[in-house]
Amino acid sequence: MTLEVDLSHPLGAFRLEARFRSEGRLTALFGRSGAGKTTLVRAIAGLIRPEAGRIVVHGRTLVDTANRVFVPMHRRRVGVVFQDARLFPHLSVRRNLLFGRWFTPRNARAASVGHVVDLLGIGHLLDRRPATLSGGERQRVAIGRALLADPQILLLDEPLASLDEARKAEIMPYLERLRDETGLPIVLVSHSVAEISRLATDVVVLADGRAVASGPATEILGRPSLFPDLGPTEAGALIETRVLSHDDAYGLTVLQAKAGTLTVPRLERPVGSALRVRLRARDIMLALRAPEGLSALNVLPGRVVALAQADRSSMDVTLDCAGDAVVVHLTRKSADRLGLRPELLVHAVIKGIAFDADTVGPTLRNAPAGHI
Amino acid sequence: MTDWLSPEEWTAVRLSLQVALTAMSFSVVPGLLVALALARGRFWGRGLLDVLVHLPLIMPPVVTGYLLLLSFGRRGPVGAFLAEHFGLVFSFRWTGAALACAIMGFPLLVRAIRLSVEAVDRRLEEAAGTLGANPVWVFFTVTLPLILPGLVAGMVLSFAKAMGEFGATITFVSNIPGETQTLPSLIYTFTQVPGGEGGAARLTIVSILVSVVALLASEGLAARLRRRAAA
Repeated sequence: MTLEVDLSHPLGAFRLEARFRSEGRLTALFGRSGAGKTTLVRAIAGLIRPEAGRIVVHGRTLVDTANRVFVPMHRRRVGVVFQDARLFPHLSVRRNLLFGRWFTPRNARAASVGHVVDLLGIGHLLDRRPATLSGGERQRVAIGRALLADPQILLLDEPLASLDEARKAEIMPYLERLRDETGLPIVLVSHSVAEISRLATDVVVLADGRAVASGPATEILGRPSLFPDLGPTEAGALIETRVLSHDDAYGLTVLQAKAGTLTVPRLERPVGSALRVRLRARDIMLALRAPEGLSALNVLPGRVVALAQADRSSMDVTLDCAGDAVVVHLTRKSADRLGLRPELLVHAVIKGIAFDADTVGPTLRNAPAGHI
Repeated sequence: MTDWLSPEEWTAVRLSLQVALTAMSFSVVPGLLVALALARGRFWGRGLLDVLVHLPLIMPPVVTGYLLLLSFGRRGPVGAFLAEHFGLVFSFRWTGAALACAIMGFPLLVRAIRLSVEAVDRRLEEAAGTLGANPVWVFFTVTLPLILPGLVAGMVLSFAKAMGEFGATITFVSNIPGETQTLPSLIYTFTQVPGGEGGAARLTIVSILVSVVALLASEGLAARLRRRAAA
């Protein structure tokens, strides 16, 4: 699928001037609040009429102000899941789910109710009223309702933002299944790097109404300069790994990355399964020689690619570890003491316990299993 | 019951129910449209419409009745037009009583519906739109069900107002037994003649009964609608 957006619309004190193109299965729109993410989603869904611009989904032009094209929202077949679920309070869960079906032409009804209900695990809720559901259940029903209207693209507008950590953890696997099993292109609005690292195939970064970067998630998330708000705490590179073995005696799991192995706290994943790991820039140290007598379990050899000053006292150093981009956040003083410069060979040292639920998630499965 | 009330009284009760039901039925749709326009419309003259709708609530009923007589009477501009082109005569007919009652109850009807329209979460309507419902379907599948309790409350208010309307009715269509002599008009007549106390008392009891039944029915219905929405 392709999503092409080129928009200009007033946005508070400034303008939304976003231009990007994505072909990903799950495109994340990332940016802090007020950056224009929700305005963008509302424009794609047809809830606002942009002052100028074009929106094309799957080659179908939804908006083209130059040619006076504006498809009204009810004819767009763009599914939306709102942050606040917006289930109809006067209808049961079942009738909420079937709502979009009344308006879908018979021959366009591809999604099966049984399949969607199973996918989202909401079979036991069908006869309930929305008011009796928990926040996580509501979001799952809202996703199901959007899917059963047979959209051509699904927009998720911060579906997890209003949920607590436990509810987020409950929904995350369903979003992964959605991405991997339905083959439906998804646009996810989020301001959480953890969410994006776990879910996105592609990322569009918005800042002050502009799309400042777009591309594959692994590439974009490895550029800390794009995430200044996160500061040194969350920014980091995303790398793809595979489960190599488990060490039951110590409760550890060994992952195979391109540049070597990573030993992390035990993960309940079968050997051989693919896993995405985010290496937080602040969790990594650099050494000029392979370290000895060190407690840290993970050492990846790499080559310095770029150095960038992050602020007065610190720097971001980008390494190439056998093809994986790894970003390291360290003080300027350390960088000078080590004499860091491009092409220098170094060793990245990461503590095993730096890996947690926020940084380790299952990776994309290879092929979409067709449309639901 | 028929023995308890005299034929004259019975006629007045029947006529009152007929007038009130007619007034209510014919005002529902216009009331809904005006409430929607006032709650959501952004058009020139919205303030004027608001004032016009509320006028019967504030003006002395006799003034409303007199204005009706001037405009809808046989020689009034609207009355003459309707009589000539549609054979619709209001003056000194029960239809005129229904018209007067409808107009007197209209502000109450509109206010009740308008409040419930304003309480509707428009984000739900957006959600329905993204699911493929066009604006007409959004209205019938989302907006209307959500404002139903307010609509019912407004209808009951309109009906109750019509059952009790006196000033505008008697001014516009007089107090003709069998044609325009509604329950309040007959009570008034009874109080004007010696020995009328018994009739007035009986009709007062009927009035109270009808009001209580209407109120209970609407409360019950509204509670059921609320339960359906919240349960």
